[in-house]
Amino acid sequence: MRLMKSCLKSVCALGALQSSVEYALEAVRKGTCAVGVRGKDVVVLGVEKKSVLQLQDPRTVRKVAMLDDHVCLAFAGLTADGRVLIDKARIECQSHRLTVEDPVTVEYITRHIAGIQQRYTQSGGVRPFGISTLIVGFDPHDTKPHLYMTEPSGIYSAWKANAIGRSSKTVREFLEKNHKDDLSREESIKLAVKSLLEVVQTGAKNIEISVMESYGKITNLDLAQIEAIVAEIEREKEAEAERKRSRLAATAAGQASMTSRTTEGGSGSSSEINVLLVLRFESFEIVYKEQKLLRSYR
Amino acid sequence: METSFAITGKGYVLVASDTTAARSIVKMKTDEDKIKVISPHLLMAYSGEPGDTIQFAEYVERNLRLFHIRNNYALRPSAAASWIRRSLAQSLRSRKPYSVNLMLGGFDVTTDTPHLYWVDYLGTMTEVPFGAHGYGAYFGLSLLDRYHNPEATLEEGIETLKRCINEVSKRLVVSPEKYKVKVVDKDGTREIEL
Repeated sequence: MRLMKSCLKSVCALGALQSSVEYALEAVRKGTCAVGVRGKDVVVLGVEKKSVLQLQDPRTVRKVAMLDDHVCLAFAGLTADGRVLIDKARIECQSHRLTVEDPVTVEYITRHIAGIQQRYTQSGGVRPFGISTLIVGFDPHDTKPHLYMTEPSGIYSAWKANAIGRSSKTVREFLEKNHKDDLSREESIKLAVKSLLEVVQTGAKNIEISVMESYGKITNLDLAQIEAIVAEIEREKEAEAERKRSRLAATAAGQASMTSRTTEGGSGSSSEINVLLVLRFESFEIVYKEQKLLRSYR
Repeated sequence: METSFAITGKGYVLVASDTTAARSIVKMKTDEDKIKVISPHLLMAYSGEPGDTIQFAEYVERNLRLFHIRNNYALRPSAAASWIRRSLAQSLRSRKPYSVNLMLGGFDVTTDTPHLYWVDYLGTMTEVPFGAHGYGAYFGLSLLDRYHNPEATLEEGIETLKRCINEVSKRLVVSPEKYKVKVVDKDGTREIEL
């Protein structure tokens, strides 16, 4: 019993040691997913939209924000924190123009945002921003698209494609598998939608896509366009599944003819035996644990 | 000396400003653009203390742009004018006030009407059908009283503007030689040659 108590105590201490930044990261992991994909001369932001309530005005729920003519930001995590950070970034964009008569570069504004986020991990009486951000854009007098990510701790990094928020790991792994260099506009959009579909079950109506093609040229795809892309992806998936099924059927048929010749009259397949074994083992373990527990009470 | 005119017409505002940058009695250059496009449908002609004018104009420009980005729509001309007037009035009561005079021409896309505001460094603001700043005002205003027509087409408006400019060239001792003219209407702003 005492052992259990001390165990509990140490767990609590561990919990207290968990820094507030980790709580912020937890908030990010609970937030809706956002994806960024950098193509050859285009960069795409895709976000998962929480489904809007029946009586809600969908225009007031936006997760992609313009920071300046040429920089866009998507975030995952606490929306209220996002709003504050976005406002700080927007002010910096205009302030930068006022002081040096030049628009900000994407890296500059990313560093600025990450700097603010870092500051809020260090001073007293404040908590960190519970958001990760994806920042995309074009530098002035340049045709190369940029994609950056920032985290609550103040880390920032450049990416070819990345995801933040709910199930970002799944999406990132998907992107790692499917991203190629020099994607065209259509390919980039499709990859963004496809990767989002990995975690968004409800399909097109919960996806928002923003495309930036060159300095200051941003388009938000409307529902019909996204639906068309989703439909195309579904068709492709269907065709792929069909191919797989037919291939599987062919191999299964081949195997069936093989096994029928070798093990005639055998009782139960090997997989069945395996399942039984596992079940037996598990029940044994439970009994063992119970006995141990009883002993500790005595 | 510095002169600026602005005239409203049917669905447009014409804003003209001389292009001299002078210091004391010396002309430094004669191709200075003193009309700033501060939002898609807003023009601001500024004159006054040279350093103050640019500083203030850029400050206004950036703040209106920030409003636009934050709210996804630009301030309407009347709102912008009020904000600018207030900035000037606050500055007047500070340690070092801006000495800037403005003509603010805008097109309100929500009501499809042109608006013109006359603002001076004391924070005076009036909406006017036509207006002028500087020495040119002494010659231009009487002409505009006689010839201004709020229903005039752009061509007619330009004719009226030319009358003013010619009069200033004819009668004013220190008349500017060149003017820059910009127009704002439903399609936004553009520069025109006289």
